[in-house]
Amino acid sequence: MKVSMTVNGTAYEHDVEPRTLLVQHLRENMGLTGTHVGCDTSSCGACTIIVNGDTVKSCTLLAVQSDGAEIKTIEGMATNGELHPIQESFREKHGLQCGFCTPGMVMSSWQLLERNPNPSEDEIRHAIEGNFCRCTGYHNIIKAVQDAATKI
Amino acid sequence: MGDLIGKSVKRVEDNRFLKGEGKYTDDFNMPNQTFAVYVRSPHAHANLVSVDISAAKAMDGVINVFTGKDIKDAGIVGSICGWQVDFKNGDTMKEPGHPILAVDKVRHVGDAVALVIAEDIGKAKDAAGAVEVNFEVLDAIVDPKAAVQDGAPQVHDDVPNNTIFDWELGNKDETDAAFENAHHITELSYHNQKLVPNAIEPRAALAYFDSNDEKYTLYTTSQNPHLARLIIAAFVLSIPEHKLRVIAPDVGGGFGSKINTYNDECGVLWASKQIGRPVKWTADRTEAFFTDSHGRDHVTDAKLALDADGNITGLRTKTYASLGAYLSNFSTCVPTYLHGTLMQGLYTTPAVHVDVTAVVTNTVPVDALRGAGRPEASYCVERLVETAAREIGMDPAEFRLKNFIPPFDGVKQPGYQTQVALQYDSGNYEGALKKALKNANYEKLKEERSAARSDGKLMGIGFSTYIEACGIAPSAVVGSLGARVGLYDAASIRVHPTGKVTMYVGAHSHGQGHETTFAQIVADSFGIGMDDVNVIHGDTENVPFGMGTYGSRSLAVCGSAIMKSVDKVKEKGARIAAHKLECSPEDLEFANGSWNVKGTEKSVGFGDVALTAYVPHDYPENEEPGLDFVSFYDPVNFVYPFGAHICVVEVDKETGEVKIVRYIAVDDAGNIINPMIVEGQVHGGVAHGIGQALYEGAVYDDSGQLLNASMMDYCIPRADNMPFFETDHTVTPCPHNPLGVKGIGEAGTIGSTPAVVNAVIDALSDYGVKDLQMPLLPQRVWAAMQQAK
Repeated sequence: MKVSMTVNGTAYEHDVEPRTLLVQHLRENMGLTGTHVGCDTSSCGACTIIVNGDTVKSCTLLAVQSDGAEIKTIEGMATNGELHPIQESFREKHGLQCGFCTPGMVMSSWQLLERNPNPSEDEIRHAIEGNFCRCTGYHNIIKAVQDAATKI
Repeated sequence: MGDLIGKSVKRVEDNRFLKGEGKYTDDFNMPNQTFAVYVRSPHAHANLVSVDISAAKAMDGVINVFTGKDIKDAGIVGSICGWQVDFKNGDTMKEPGHPILAVDKVRHVGDAVALVIAEDIGKAKDAAGAVEVNFEVLDAIVDPKAAVQDGAPQVHDDVPNNTIFDWELGNKDETDAAFENAHHITELSYHNQKLVPNAIEPRAALAYFDSNDEKYTLYTTSQNPHLARLIIAAFVLSIPEHKLRVIAPDVGGGFGSKINTYNDECGVLWASKQIGRPVKWTADRTEAFFTDSHGRDHVTDAKLALDADGNITGLRTKTYASLGAYLSNFSTCVPTYLHGTLMQGLYTTPAVHVDVTAVVTNTVPVDALRGAGRPEASYCVERLVETAAREIGMDPAEFRLKNFIPPFDGVKQPGYQTQVALQYDSGNYEGALKKALKNANYEKLKEERSAARSDGKLMGIGFSTYIEACGIAPSAVVGSLGARVGLYDAASIRVHPTGKVTMYVGAHSHGQGHETTFAQIVADSFGIGMDDVNVIHGDTENVPFGMGTYGSRSLAVCGSAIMKSVDKVKEKGARIAAHKLECSPEDLEFANGSWNVKGTEKSVGFGDVALTAYVPHDYPENEEPGLDFVSFYDPVNFVYPFGAHICVVEVDKETGEVKIVRYIAVDDAGNIINPMIVEGQVHGGVAHGIGQALYEGAVYDDSGQLLNASMMDYCIPRADNMPFFETDHTVTPCPHNPLGVKGIGEAGTIGSTPAVVNAVIDALSDYGVKDLQMPLLPQRVWAAMQQAK
């Protein structure tokens, strides 16, 4: 099936098998491997991207369901090599270790701060509870989001 | 040394991860690549009557389908166990084979029976579904203690009573006497439950065979690529070691599960040669639940003996440890040398006896998981100690302070010889606990607890003061205990002509931040900038050798190898500098990036010396050009981090839900290179330990089905389950390695689990609840309260 979408400002058109997952489409057909697959069940959040302004777990969406969509992935967060303030805060506060959950964490944090520029600690914890991190105990991720909130 | 060591330098590896430009195994692709899917057993225990691949093989896009017979016919035996632990009576450990694909029997859900290779992943999955397997289902055994009983289902025909070995450590007679003379005995019986590692990146492999030079390449999710190469080349596939390149690129968390060289990766490597094309395999999450080695699974009876004054006089344990269905690479040393040896804890306990029976069950193989044996030991000791204090009516902190080994630095005072083989290097246990008590404001905390209880709230305070042995390990010692490998590490430092440095290290970073920490050490040592140093790891083709990262060994072992190479560079550099300065090397001292003639202004810089080494026009006689050294470091002892953790919880009376209100940790890992990274390791470690205490556990039914084999069903700690952690440290340097460092990767996990459980039991003390089985799920806690009412 034909499917077209704009990803990080670039228009793409592909012919895909109907069962192709959106994350598979991004990783395999567009080479955007920053979006990761950790669980296949929408639990871990490593595949979180932004579809038409909303964060979505791209492992549970078919590519064809995203026909015509405007998509942003982790590769689209930095501008001309300059880290987005959220990315900068993750670095500043040591909010990442192995880096595998990080793209999804950044995207979920972006959505939170867009909707709620001054979140409480509880609100941050709630907003990223759909993103698993096995390395950080979340401590520095929360600190990073708090820090980012002061910058945006 | 300069001023980088001890500083929270921001991580150099972060940029690529933050931009989504990290390169993990599944991110790599090769031209003409194919895709592999394993067909796995849905049964825990069954005879394999037939495997019919004809329909699958005929499907569109299918390149080949292999069965256990194909691999057996090729003479391939499968992965191996790397540590031999023999029976008490001297009989050799039972070592059942672990074929890559099952031949006549499957022994756990997920055991592989066929390997399908196809043009794309969809076609491979379709064909896997078309492989027809006829099973004759057998009774399964799951419980480690029941496994040894006569009449229990036998996992392997050649392992009677499912017993791989029995093992003991300590002095049985003295321990028996201690219990006979005890004034008070504290007893606990518990299941240290089976855990699933759940690194967020699933295991993966991309394998390629180049027929031109007969060479294999394997990209894989490994914590130790050189060990993977050795095991695959020398044992599993019998290929020349120089004809196999193993690359472990960015790896998305390991926690022990990526130490092992798994059959799955070996299978696709073998298949890549058979089909003459690259083969890619990536586990899905449920497959990871069925194949990543699990952790813990100890069924233990433990006792602590006290005299009338509240002194600990003896400790005795009996453990049945499941190794799962097959022996994973280091499965056998986990419940023995990494567990029994820590049973003295931080205490002067004069008599200790540990007895372990290791068994096979119809479950996923068990191996190292963050802490590997030491969390099981600290859970045992710290639960016993806290329970004993409660039973004799003594404050748990006071009871510990009374029984601690007094401070010793390992230099002026010798190391402390325990009753269970280890000699602790240095420690100040009361220092850590006193600092934790101060940071927690313990006196005020106790008042708050009284006030909360008067208000009808269930607040509890729990302690854990742990020790662990890491930086594994002196090769000769582990060799004498059955290890089939040496456990040194290697590091090469290549100073380039312009004075920039590339270092090649045997440790592998999968979150630990070696690219930063190691660069800090070398930059500081040479007085150059962080930007002037590049750290290379994870590729057997350019790293000289190494035993990888596990057991919190990277800094203590590989860091020491780095320092050896630093010293070699400095020694040779001094000879070159002396030639340039027309003095003798003994007249020089190295400081601030240059060799300086003592007591003069004369000096020559690091960069000048590097350039001279590669442009040796005016050069010392008989000196080789170049400035490039490799060093191997074999540790003289383990290192022994320790710490004191205090957990404060509130239990919801209505639901039994546990909330962690405060978590105070004081850890001592010796000297610290990067405090930010050390704190981060503690946070993650503590979260993992809290996970075991409150949420996690593999749930098997009697037929051997793993009931919670997905992230929807297995409860991994989430952001809203965790508190902010109040971390701090004391510094008791390691006396026997050049940096004075210990290890911190697993300490949080080893310390935290008993602190949390002790806190919850304290919260329920008014109900008379004395013990709870992990994980402390709300329904379990609630039921305990109802029962006690």
